Amino acid sequence: MQVVVLTKSVPNTTGDEGLGPAFRLDRNAIDPIINPNDEYAIEVALRLAETQPGVQITMLTMGPAAAWPGLSKGLAVGVHNAILVSDPALEGSCALGTANTLAAALRRITFDLILAGADTSDGRAGIVGAAVATLLGIPFITHAGTLAVGNGAVQVRRLRDDGHERLEAPLPAFVSVTQEVGDLRYPSLRGIMGSRSRKPTTWSLGDLGIEPADAGGARATTIVLDVEPPQPRLPARIVAGEPGAVVGEIVEFIAERRIVS
Amino acid sequence: MSGAIWFIGESEDGRLQSSGAGVATLVRQLAAAAGADAVGLIVGSEPERAARELAGYLPSVLWARSAGADSFVSPSAQAAVIGRLVAVRDPGYVVLPATPAGRELAGALAARLQWGVLTNAVDVSWDGRPIAHSIVFRSDLKVRSAFAGDHGVITLQPNVVTPVLSGAAGTLEEVAMLDGELASPVRRTELVTGTAAASVEHARVIVTGGAGVGSREGWALVESLAASLNAAVGATRPAVDAGWVGYSQQIGQTGKTVRPDLYVALGVSGEVQHRVGMRMARAVVAINTDRDAPIARYSDLFVVGDLAVIVPLLIERLRETRPSGLPG
Repeated sequence: MQVVVLTKSVPNTTGDEGLGPAFRLDRNAIDPIINPNDEYAIEVALRLAETQPGVQITMLTMGPAAAWPGLSKGLAVGVHNAILVSDPALEGSCALGTANTLAAALRRITFDLILAGADTSDGRAGIVGAAVATLLGIPFITHAGTLAVGNGAVQVRRLRDDGHERLEAPLPAFVSVTQEVGDLRYPSLRGIMGSRSRKPTTWSLGDLGIEPADAGGARATTIVLDVEPPQPRLPARIVAGEPGAVVGEIVEFIAERRIVS
Repeated sequence: MSGAIWFIGESEDGRLQSSGAGVATLVRQLAAAAGADAVGLIVGSEPERAARELAGYLPSVLWARSAGADSFVSPSAQAAVIGRLVAVRDPGYVVLPATPAGRELAGALAARLQWGVLTNAVDVSWDGRPIAHSIVFRSDLKVRSAFAGDHGVITLQPNVVTPVLSGAAGTLEEVAMLDGELASPVRRTELVTGTAAASVEHARVIVTGGAGVGSREGWALVESLAASLNAAVGATRPAVDAGWVGYSQQIGQTGKTVRPDLYVALGVSGEVQHRVGMRMARAVVAINTDRDAPIARYSDLFVVGDLAVIVPLLIERLRETRPSGLPG
């Protein structure tokens, strides 16, 4: 079974994001990591490979070459292959453009199951997976907590606001996962050493049969008009000391704010 | 006159989903500013009641009933129906709530129509075209964005607009399905409802516990305080990882985004992964033993002290003198 995991390189969530020209995130200046939710997708793929014979896992990423070191962790934990779709003309891609490009790449490889994180920590849009599946004409299920494959179908359990549900789709299918997947594995020292020398297969737009003028910022469907820093927040009123007095302050605060208008 | 602005609603158990009314209200206001028609659309197994509810907010509502016994209508099937209607009726823009279901439907629609998507808006204004306002990144940058073309899909945070009825009942129109149009390869094989805790996404008051709560016994204090404030229980990721509470209550990076009137943070350090989920809270009270915890910078009232002492006293005091400002 061929499993493709869509991963994105995102700024490390403990660092600051710098903006470059046209208010775009400067993806060459960030400390890149694998999007945290995509790590759960990698974990699900690795668990499938442990329980079923013949599972091949491929990571597929779109981004600048500078994104790669942050993604090689996937190889270190046991992903078999990695493909990086990278082209200067892809800079400034909108969400739809990203989906179109990823779908073009996926049409060049065989897959039974496509996995990804439910959303990304930088854009937080949560739309690219469903868009890619729609472009490929395959069923999709988002926000999976657990996932099993059998009888040519994928079975998913996911949370709802009021409980949970189980859904099933025939393969090939797309499934996005959440942190409910559970504990991630750490790469072994051997895995890390082995991954260092490996490079991803890199595809340019030309390899995908896409004209540079039909991709990236040139065809972006959305534009940023302006960016403003947030209003500075008034410093908190800090209270400490005798618990009875402190509790009085809290009750007064709640009453003052008239939580219900 | 600009092309119509559509709101795509979700029906849940035959009712309009709670996030829908606020988003529909914004669509009505946006369409008025644009001089365009505001239209609601509901596709579901029992859409009429939700459609009637929606007609309280929008002047015109379309509804389509999915055939078959299964109440589950997959988003890809919904996107197929909506895509066909969009092609025929030619609206300018489509707005959905930025819920899990709204987002996946937005992605499927964008792909089908090849329209751009502006996501997680906290407001949408009109200036010759829709302008989406959002808050991004750890530095809370305020971003205004627009579509390059004349069409687009917008997802709006579900809890940012207070629902306001239009004061008149909108017209209802049933849209016929084509044969097999809602057939979907995705099937629901099990549905269990009524087991989950109160949703944080629509709560007006939230009591959130973090790692500083310390133990399962400590967590009981979080739940007691929530009960006495008529609040939903929220959690940081470390609290969920510790097993004190379910993932459905997690607020932050990989959890929910909330916008309550009052946010009470107990033993929450306030790391950015949590903050991105609660930064829209209108008032924040934090209790923490660590005077230097980052949450202090995002609080209105910061209490330095021991939860185990303060929270039981607070619950007692709330019981005696119920502050007039609380809901319920």
